[in-house]
Amino acid sequence: MAALLSIRDLQVRFVGRERTVHAVNGVSFDLAPGEVLGILGESGSGKSVTLRAILGLLPPRRTRYAGSIAFEGQELLGLPGRAFSRLRGKSIAMIFQEPATSFDPVYTIGRQITETIVRHEGVGEAAAQARAKELLELVRIPSAAERLKAYPHEMSGGMRQRAMIALALACRPKLLLADEPTTALDATVQIQVLLLLAQLQKDLGLGVIFVTHDVGVAVEVSSRVAVMYAGRVVETGPLADVVRRPVHPYTQGLLASTVHGSMRGRRLDAIPGAPPSLAAAPVGCSFAPRCRHAHAACDATPPEHRFGEGRMARCVLATERAAA
Amino acid sequence: MRKLDDRGGPAQPLLIVNGLRKHFPLKRPMLDAGPRPVVRAVDEVSFSLPKGGTLGVVGESGCGKSTTARLLMHLVEPDAGDVIFDGEAVGRHDGLSVRQMRRQMQMVFQDSYASLNPRLTILETIAFGPVAHGTPLRQARAAAADLLARVGLDPVQFQRRYPHELSGGQRQRVNIARALALGPRLLILDEAVSALDKSVEAQVLNLLAELKEQFDLTYLFISHDLNVVHYISDEVMVMYLGKVVEIGPVETIYGDARHPYTRALLASRPSMDPDRRTNEAPIQGDPPNPIDPPSGCRFRTRCAFAEAVCAGAEPRLATGAAEGHLVACHMNDPASGHGRARLAA
Repeated sequence: MAALLSIRDLQVRFVGRERTVHAVNGVSFDLAPGEVLGILGESGSGKSVTLRAILGLLPPRRTRYAGSIAFEGQELLGLPGRAFSRLRGKSIAMIFQEPATSFDPVYTIGRQITETIVRHEGVGEAAAQARAKELLELVRIPSAAERLKAYPHEMSGGMRQRAMIALALACRPKLLLADEPTTALDATVQIQVLLLLAQLQKDLGLGVIFVTHDVGVAVEVSSRVAVMYAGRVVETGPLADVVRRPVHPYTQGLLASTVHGSMRGRRLDAIPGAPPSLAAAPVGCSFAPRCRHAHAACDATPPEHRFGEGRMARCVLATERAAA
Repeated sequence: MRKLDDRGGPAQPLLIVNGLRKHFPLKRPMLDAGPRPVVRAVDEVSFSLPKGGTLGVVGESGCGKSTTARLLMHLVEPDAGDVIFDGEAVGRHDGLSVRQMRRQMQMVFQDSYASLNPRLTILETIAFGPVAHGTPLRQARAAAADLLARVGLDPVQFQRRYPHELSGGQRQRVNIARALALGPRLLILDEAVSALDKSVEAQVLNLLAELKEQFDLTYLFISHDLNVVHYISDEVMVMYLGKVVEIGPVETIYGDARHPYTRALLASRPSMDPDRRTNEAPIQGDPPNPIDPPSGCRFRTRCAFAEAVCAGAEPRLATGAAEGHLVACHMNDPASGHGRARLAA
């Protein structure tokens, strides 16, 4: 099947007067139509930057790109602003962590959804309003017609996030980019929004890239996961496979340091140290300074070892570990 | 600073809280003659914390868990309630003054950056409290350097640095050292590891376990992360809209919870097992606004088992599955008149 989205050797640098940050250092992956890819990583891993690069949402004057991002065969890097605007919110939509700051506070929810529909679909005001109401019903906001008249601040956090999903789905996108959309929500609300997203994804056949730092959240929504560290994908594969049999020492450490109750009374197997500064482009394996298996071969950039069914790990030990 | 003596003996709980209450009055809406609206942030909260134990406090935003911590530290003055620290009432003329209490009880906050003074080096920050309490400067600095080493930061390398030169995990280590500088016996950790990345969070949790042993500490651990609370706590208190709905030993709460809210909260945790994903959300809707909470049981508007009695009468905390396990639910009280009361009893 042709990929919906295909990223090859993506590099993103932020250039400043005092320093340059190498945020993404050679990311490659494909997303099939209707597939849900969870990108798992900690702060500074480059997961959000990768997502924003797809939609061209990074500050244009400071950002330097290399590599390729192709959506349905069309190259997005270097796409002129106007062509990008036609794509944004139409074929590709995005939802964010903080719905309160993603809506314009001075317009009603309904106004903001209809505006998007009128702009991208070229339909009249009345048709757009009817569609907006349908969308609020789709994301299960009770008394949808009433809620169209609400301002963002009049809604609870969970309702605002549902409204943002409605806005994202307004023009029937093929690709939905989700940047930690449930992180700011309370536990009982988070699970409702996750289940809603999973249901809508299935019903509408959406391709989704879901960025999160929470292994549990990735498990609930993804079919495949990619683990990022210091601007690179260090491991990827089918969800259950990676969670049960992680091969890269960072993935293993991340899973081991994710606390759950059965670890009570035991010392946690924490990864020592902290992620590297991204002031220089990485030489060799970025995880090596924290890795208990590091040796001389880690000074060279580790190759992508492919094994099993669609699995990859960027580690010199991957071949023997995958066989074990 | 020198650690203060254990005055009450091992059987005396380190902290007893009785009927703690804080209502924040709001501005009256324009053209509204009605009574002034009030946020019932903390309402009749009572618990006790044994020496050397860890009490975990869980609940969603607006449940009053952080306000409870601030009331205990007197960062916000309570409207009512007694706080007894090792047998001595806090803030009474015959008891412990707030200043004395703060030597014994210290707090670590979620935002590691906002809780450090950006103009002080971390050594100055850690020595600040002891100097304010009368320790000579030289001695306070030596003790601060020693504390830095104890929280895993090399004093030679770190003592002259400023907060912005540290990572989040390192800053939180400094905050812990600062809290320990006065030699407290109780540490209130208010979402202290919540802002950290998972790999760093695990390091800090290990550190907290070590320090508890070394310094003979008691913890009040506030968090929205149910897995971390399960890991660290001996007892757990569950709060909802300013009320304690359930409190008990950690294994009882996680294994045999009786309050429908506790059950829903625990069932809302994302699954870690790809074969056992969540199929249905345990409860619908958002937590209601703590302004004008529902009458009777505050959880009834989201509870699948709510009946007329739940709106009419407020459930009291009563013994649940075992001694030391308390539940505030009409289903736990055979005499409440709730249709399912006998099932739970």
